[in-house]
Amino acid sequence: MTASEKKQLMAMACKVRMGIIEGTHGAKAGHPGGSLSAAELFTYLYGKEMRVDPKNPKWEDRDRFVLSKGHTAPGLYAALALRGFFPVEDLPTLRHIGSYLQGHPNMNETPGVDMSTGSLGQGVSAAAGMALAAKYQGRDCRVYTLLGDGEIQEGEVWEAFMFAHHYKLDNLCVIIDNNGLQIDGPVDKVMSPYPIPDKLKAFGFAVAEIDGHDFDQLEAAFAQAKQTKGVPFAIVMKTTKGKGVSYMENQAGWHGKAPNDEEYKIAMDELTAQLAEVEAM
Amino acid sequence: MADVKKIATRDSYGNALKELGAEHDDLIVFDADLAGATKTATFQKAFPDRHFDCGIAEGNMIAAAAGAATMGLVPFASSFAMFAAGRAFEQVRNSIGYPHLNVKIGATHGGISVGEDGASHQCCEDFALMRSIPGMVVLCPSDDVEARAAVRAAYEHVGPVYLRFGRLAVPVFHQEEGFSFQIGKGEVLQEGGDVAILATGLMVNEALEAGKALKERGISARVINLCTIKPLDEELVLQAARECGRVITCEEHSVIGGLGEAVCALLSERCPTPVRRIGVNDEFGHSGPAADLLRQFGLCADHIVEVALDLCK
Repeated sequence: MTASEKKQLMAMACKVRMGIIEGTHGAKAGHPGGSLSAAELFTYLYGKEMRVDPKNPKWEDRDRFVLSKGHTAPGLYAALALRGFFPVEDLPTLRHIGSYLQGHPNMNETPGVDMSTGSLGQGVSAAAGMALAAKYQGRDCRVYTLLGDGEIQEGEVWEAFMFAHHYKLDNLCVIIDNNGLQIDGPVDKVMSPYPIPDKLKAFGFAVAEIDGHDFDQLEAAFAQAKQTKGVPFAIVMKTTKGKGVSYMENQAGWHGKAPNDEEYKIAMDELTAQLAEVEAM
Repeated sequence: MADVKKIATRDSYGNALKELGAEHDDLIVFDADLAGATKTATFQKAFPDRHFDCGIAEGNMIAAAAGAATMGLVPFASSFAMFAAGRAFEQVRNSIGYPHLNVKIGATHGGISVGEDGASHQCCEDFALMRSIPGMVVLCPSDDVEARAAVRAAYEHVGPVYLRFGRLAVPVFHQEEGFSFQIGKGEVLQEGGDVAILATGLMVNEALEAGKALKERGISARVINLCTIKPLDEELVLQAARECGRVITCEEHSVIGGLGEAVCALLSERCPTPVRRIGVNDEFGHSGPAADLLRQFGLCADHIVEVALDLCK
């Protein structure tokens, strides 16, 4: 990618983070930590990687994205809004009565959401079903799904991985956000899912391990995914939970808690400074 | 009865899938290592490229079917009722029900007529589970003719449908010719004014037999087939209650949460009527030949007659 493209993506990632803070602050609830850790991923998918049309969200040949870790909807919503699926100004209505921005993604209410999720482990199965259907229908669209590292404790995830390999779903790209924290604490203290790449390889996946905050590495991994034939592809990305907001970084407590007014101001000031820094590049 | 043809509705399911599959290439089938038993193997043999075995992993199968439905396909996902409605309940609820996706759940081996496998495989809770999901249509056909028509109606219906089929071969009492099936519509099989017998699934034939026996005892029973458990044919049930004044419900399901409770909920609000529920009385089944089990659990014409005589005293 060119330097200006990268700069654009970095700026968009800052804005996705601002959207996450706007949303969770407006909702007085929600999940900022795991949304922030995946901000670059959401940005890359909707800013560069995926074939989508905001004017025609139900376009049949679009690429699909399933947010299997559905609680990080604030990150998805921010990316969708910035991509033009709906107004950015609506982000603070997250979780409000009457809002189309439900606490967890609802495909029938929110433009651009391809699958309703929220119950962990199910989204990856749905994504695999989409990829299988696309193959049967002869569509060349690709299916992407994002899981949390805690989420892969769900047995269904491994059922889906077996299925994806068995049916040679090379149009499926599984991304695992390895931010290392879940509600009750560090993932390896709660119920270790490690070693994640080895397990995926044992299940027949081609695997890339990257820094999930680095756009060059994201670009290389998604390019490798597209070139991989005959087996599904997984990207295990090391990330920092709460990335971008100093007091949220690496704090399990910010998994599912909204910033108060004071915290909101600090977060927005930090992110505004980061955006200015990117724009000055 | 000796010369009456008997067919298990699971066979009807497999045959109907094959027939529909020839007409519609958007129909695909998922199974979870039970294709021989659920009879989706009949479809698989004809259309191997759109029958997908998911292995023994029902949760993934149900959510994968949901994903396939978002792509515009019409997936039928099959397993035993115990696993489709029971094990995968939450996948059905969250990945099919909540987004109201166009998935058909073909659940075979419902009820205690599973027989020898015993209680672990005898699902008597599926109506209750599936009824509780908003927007879910729940069908339980009574014989081969109705079962094949129900599969077709489920395909044509846009939205989630749960279909319960049986393992046991049961009498085919419907005539193919002139038979029509509509989701949400009950069927009066015998007119009568003393008591209404509302039945679903294999209990419909028992209700018919009971109706005949009651006639000989001077009791005129109205026998109604309610293949659609949800949405219930409320007008037909209310009319039967008003005109007969006594109601008996019959189902191969727990008396908790199934047809009996659906009827009781309707009648208690809109037409309070004495009701007797025949079903599995809050207990587990056990191993044994299906016919013996059905008799032991009172899921037979003789018991319906007994209950009707008592209710009409």
